[in-house]
Amino acid sequence: MSAELPSRAQGLHAANGTPERRPTGLVIDGQVERGTFRLDLSLDLAPGRVTGLLGPNGAGKTTALRTICGLTPLSSGSIRLDGIPLDDVNAEIFVPPERRPVGVVFQDYRLFPHLDVRGNVAFGARARGVGRESARAAADAWLERLDLSGLATRRPAELSGGQAQRVALARALATEPAALLLDEPLAALDARTRLGIRAELRAHLRTFAGPVVMVTHDAVEALVLADDLVVIEGGRVTQRGSPNEVARRPRTDYVARLMGVNLYRGSLDRSTHTVELLGGGRLVVTGADQLRDVADVLVTLAPTAVTLHAERPDRSSPRNVWAGVVRAMEPLGERVRVEVAGPPDALVDVTPAAVADLALRPGSPVWLSAKATETYAA
Amino acid sequence: MARATARDRRRLPAALAVPAVAGAAFLVLPLTGLLARAPWTDLGSLLRSPVVADALRLSLLCATLATGLSALLGIPLAWVLARSTSRFVALLRALVTVPLVLPPVVGGVALLLTLGRTGVVGQYLDRWFGISLPFTTAGVVVAEAFVAMPFLVVTVEGAFRSADRGLEEAAATLGASRLFALRHVTLPLIVPSLLAGAVLSWARALGEFGATITFAGNFPGRTQTMPIAVYLAMESDPGAAIALALVLLVVSVAVLAALRDRWLPRGGAV
Repeated sequence: MSAELPSRAQGLHAANGTPERRPTGLVIDGQVERGTFRLDLSLDLAPGRVTGLLGPNGAGKTTALRTICGLTPLSSGSIRLDGIPLDDVNAEIFVPPERRPVGVVFQDYRLFPHLDVRGNVAFGARARGVGRESARAAADAWLERLDLSGLATRRPAELSGGQAQRVALARALATEPAALLLDEPLAALDARTRLGIRAELRAHLRTFAGPVVMVTHDAVEALVLADDLVVIEGGRVTQRGSPNEVARRPRTDYVARLMGVNLYRGSLDRSTHTVELLGGGRLVVTGADQLRDVADVLVTLAPTAVTLHAERPDRSSPRNVWAGVVRAMEPLGERVRVEVAGPPDALVDVTPAAVADLALRPGSPVWLSAKATETYAA
Repeated sequence: MARATARDRRRLPAALAVPAVAGAAFLVLPLTGLLARAPWTDLGSLLRSPVVADALRLSLLCATLATGLSALLGIPLAWVLARSTSRFVALLRALVTVPLVLPPVVGGVALLLTLGRTGVVGQYLDRWFGISLPFTTAGVVVAEAFVAMPFLVVTVEGAFRSADRGLEEAAATLGASRLFALRHVTLPLIVPSLLAGAVLSWARALGEFGATITFAGNFPGRTQTMPIAVYLAMESDPGAAIALALVLLVVSVAVLAALRDRWLPRGGAV
């Protein structure tokens, strides 16, 4: 159904007279200046990969998304999608948002309140001049793909947060964009629905062929959903790399604090509150009672909540004790981040004094302990 | 509703109560006077008399056409005023709202000098198209629209300003041109304001007197609208004048009722 629709990507290169669009990804090299704020971006995003855009409030993450979809023009530089310029200040090219093959899921979803779910999803096709019947048929196909068929005639006001999020995703995907942008896609959801929606979103993003940019300031979201991370602080890219690299070798205090989280997957035994981890090892956790799905559980553990010992600690208070070997150490402001091979592997933040006391160096055998009350199932 | 506590029921000072009662009487008494002197028994036949029926028909027609013209030109104007970032927009806004405060008779004179047979624009309308607006029914529509359109523009501009720009942005990212987004997103969302603006300008057009009589004159059946008919009938046929005045009063009350949610605070002492 949807394949019959003229995609906006085709419309775009027809307008530029380019014979064929090759999926080479999204290349941004430009600046946005507004008053005293300056955003300096240099990104090369491959098709089929999800890039997490991480940063504190006011860092310029949302501005970055707005420049890609054309709602905010660049002050200098250029943006190219699959080789086609969307914005090029020197060449005086600016493709307006309605002609960019870029789908956007806004943080507040921005569903049209006067249209039902089907009308919202069909909107993109209607705006491009597709007839009412074909647009509805194409919308229905997308509703089915995102498991929304039963809600087709509902108004946005009658949807739950999770449903509205899926409708916003369906509406963006229905335009068959060449790139997909998501602005804090899970921020408006309550903690419980967030888990289910996150898994669902992950599955949908995996099947998207073009580059995906996702703004977030949630470490777990970034670790679970993103293939690559780009950290923006004060309008500048301060770090980039895989989520694991960024977590292991944070370059700034912000990243260290934000990505300072050990994330494990596993299956939960409800009776003992123990999660059997996929990579080996097991952890006693808190918060397991609220979980619906016991087969796929995420466990988070802050590096500051783990303690290192030279010898096996007595088992009185901390419930999780395991042995490991120091793999690497990274100074981190006033602390040292120690990477320990397990199982389970862990990042541990310790004081320089503790490093000296325990004579830590790569290869040192250590014991790790963490309280169950600080080991969260999510 | 506010709870009536002892504190609320304290006596009003006479220095305020007396002029307040007088003020209310001043506004309400003339209306009761009109109702008291209304020729209730002859009302049916009076409203069917040719002069009254013609004026009524012409007024309704012209006010409706003037409202249509105001909407046709006023909605795009309101959109430009709300969305343009040009420095001249503030000046333009001031200029287009001048008719709100201008004495209507001045508007009539201005229209005559501009669109009259020898007027700045009118002479070309006459010479090139053979169109002459003064003293025609079309002239009535033009005069009423001139006075009434600012009401619609001001109302709709406010609605455009407070409309969620985020939805227009979302529409743009879905491939909608600004015109498509206006038609399919913004306008449907501001329908209540559109209706309020239309009702307001329709009521204003219906009551228009000064600009109409100056620009379009007073020809029964062609340019003699209800307010003009009321004014003239007061000398020759007071009964008909009162009947017409009653119709206008009923329309005014109906407009107030239609817009009450907009203007009268809920739970207020009305």
